[in-house]
Amino acid sequence: MCVFLSIVQMEDVIARMQDEKNGIPIRTVKSFLSKIPSVFSGSDIVQWLLKNLFIEDQVEALHLGTLMAAHGYFFPISDHVLTLKDDGTFYRFQTPYFWPSNCWEPENTDYAVYLCKRTMQNKARLELADYEAESLARLQRAFARKWEFIFMQAEAQAKVDKKRDKIERKILDSQERAFWDVHRPVSVYGLQNDIRSNSPTHTPAPEAKQPTEEELREQIKFWQAQLDRHRLKMSKVAESLLSYTEQYSDYDPFLCTPDPSNPWISDDTTFWEMEASKEPGQTRVRRWGFVINEVLKDPVGREQFLKFLESEFSSENLRFWLAVQELKKRPIREVPTRVQEIWEEFLAAGAPSAINVDSKSYDKTTQNVKDPGRYAFEDAQEHIYKLMKSDSYSRFIRSSAYQELLQAKKKVKHFK
Amino acid sequence: IAYLLTHPSSICAFLKMACQGLAKGETTNTLKAESESLKAKLEEERAKLHDVELHQVAEKIDALGQFVMKTRRTLKGHGNKVLCMDWCRDKRRIVSSSQDGKVIVWDAYTTNKEHAVTMPCTWVMACAYAPSGCAVACGGLDNKCSVYPLSLDKNENLAAKKKSVAMHTNYLSSCSFTNSDMQILTSSGDGTCALWDVESGQLLQSFHGHSADVLSLDLAPSETGNTFVSGGCDKKANVWDMRSGQNVQSFETHESDINNVKYYPSGDAFATGSDDATCRLYDLRADREVAIYSKDSIIFGASSVDFSLSGRLLFAGYNDYTINVWDVLKGTRVAILFGHENRVSTVRVSPDGTAFCSGSWDNTLRIWA
Repeated sequence: MCVFLSIVQMEDVIARMQDEKNGIPIRTVKSFLSKIPSVFSGSDIVQWLLKNLFIEDQVEALHLGTLMAAHGYFFPISDHVLTLKDDGTFYRFQTPYFWPSNCWEPENTDYAVYLCKRTMQNKARLELADYEAESLARLQRAFARKWEFIFMQAEAQAKVDKKRDKIERKILDSQERAFWDVHRPVSVYGLQNDIRSNSPTHTPAPEAKQPTEEELREQIKFWQAQLDRHRLKMSKVAESLLSYTEQYSDYDPFLCTPDPSNPWISDDTTFWEMEASKEPGQTRVRRWGFVINEVLKDPVGREQFLKFLESEFSSENLRFWLAVQELKKRPIREVPTRVQEIWEEFLAAGAPSAINVDSKSYDKTTQNVKDPGRYAFEDAQEHIYKLMKSDSYSRFIRSSAYQELLQAKKKVKHFK
Repeated sequence: IAYLLTHPSSICAFLKMACQGLAKGETTNTLKAESESLKAKLEEERAKLHDVELHQVAEKIDALGQFVMKTRRTLKGHGNKVLCMDWCRDKRRIVSSSQDGKVIVWDAYTTNKEHAVTMPCTWVMACAYAPSGCAVACGGLDNKCSVYPLSLDKNENLAAKKKSVAMHTNYLSSCSFTNSDMQILTSSGDGTCALWDVESGQLLQSFHGHSADVLSLDLAPSETGNTFVSGGCDKKANVWDMRSGQNVQSFETHESDINNVKYYPSGDAFATGSDDATCRLYDLRADREVAIYSKDSIIFGASSVDFSLSGRLLFAGYNDYTINVWDVLKGTRVAILFGHENRVSTVRVSPDGTAFCSGSWDNTLRIWA
């Protein structure tokens, strides 16, 4: 049975709403010469939701209530459009027989029988609305051949209905009508039309096959590897998340207004123009000082870092790292050639930009280059990254070049 | 049997018996038992390091103030449900795709449509902008991922230059370029993810491990890493090594389909949105779920999630047409945004964090700031 979790949860809430003690008070209202049985007001629903689902805001309660109405769990007794109003409008609960969890998919023939039956009942309140009369006419044309059969069913149902108690009939008639308001809604752009449609991605999955012996052995290997993993304590992890967020708060436009303004709010693109300029502002430069990755991911940061290392004649590590990153971005066809080029430039005997890698990585790389793939230099790159992080990067951050950029007065430029 | 399986020595005795010439059917059963007991042991180990809750540690930081988030732009032009969108790195252009097969490239800042393409299939559930800004990828019920180079000549027929890259055996649910225009990562209803070379269409690596449709994936935001996370209808979120194809970590705490996965900006954690009406945060170092974002009044599934730049806020779109904004650290909801007139299908923060875009089954996209 393909019942969505949201349906189950809604029905839980509905059941609570119908609870004798803590639910919505249901009453019979006297009106002119008759009684209106089993109703409650829209405000009653809103108040109940506010109180029992701990909702702080009336708008939210109204929104949730409207969705439940659109699914047909309760309905306005005098309207075909299923929406919730926070006023004295009367609502009634739908009988569980008609709930969505029963996976209703009523056919047009069922609808035809229903509309036909309505025309047999001589009551003003049961008169067909315009759109219903139109639907009936269309269905009569579509089912012309079997109309006699449909008519007979409608007659039979009407006969059964007549035997019921008057009050009971009033209630059941309204519930049946509400059912059809969900499944054959008024063609007005509204919630009802869309509640029914579903994405093709959420079709119920077929029964999972029993895993094979091979698969089970793989699973066991996987769990064992997971058990061997090193884990951090929650307290440590929490501190780390807090400090990361703290560090970047100033850069988060939702927490700290960008300087001079957020383009989306002010309709002024100065903020973007400043970011695009080759002259990095102080806040941007400060960010490079957080971790090496901030320098590596900002093109201007990379440029400055490279410039600094070149001034020290020690740029080969960064250039190697950048070259390997570039390698991984190339189409697979170009990889073998690029691998050779990188090998010649940085690692081969007598390489012009020789880098220093540990012997283990060097041996592995030598092997990899014989059958060149995108990850041929992975070990070497990891080694070089660690070197850069502990050595070149910290020198860069302490360098006068970087410090000057950091202290630099923001040049006032006028952008068109 | 339950008692036997929780005591290591008993497991040994039990397995010994199994090895002493029992029938093959029983071998499968013992393997199953071993697998399940290891899984239970893993949960035990994970729980041991749970010395405090994230929101408790977060009590010492200031609460966030009142937010004023409004729709700053509304993009109208799709004739049917918007299913997916992605930002261009230029921070203002976006690509969006819809149920009727239309893929549109917009300058969201001016709300002008710049390109439009009609796919030969309906339900285009996935679309992505190339890092260079010169191409877009998309796919859906055609089981493929295709790349369209964006021409500067507005009159040029984009469909003519279409390049088919990925081929799955079921619908394409999500796609993403890696750091380059040359590789695309895809997830599919066929239960797998795959990495493709765009130029040749060659399959570089495939990722097997989910036992049902994979609905979403996200690449780790690292200059050095080669990992991504995926989530699907088997309620699992899996972390993968792109180089080896191996599943390196797995999390299973949701009660229903995981619709969307997104990394926390540092790459140490990720968030999920699920049909069980909750969003959750998983930390890779703690190796467990560290926060749940839920409320009694939220009973419809979360379709899409994304973090603000600092990771403090989580924007989540739901099937009840709303967007809830969560304080990631304290676990509380800081705002609820109304506006869409049908399900919110996609939510993504812009590359510089100045805004986020939501796409909906009401055929529109909204930019919020």
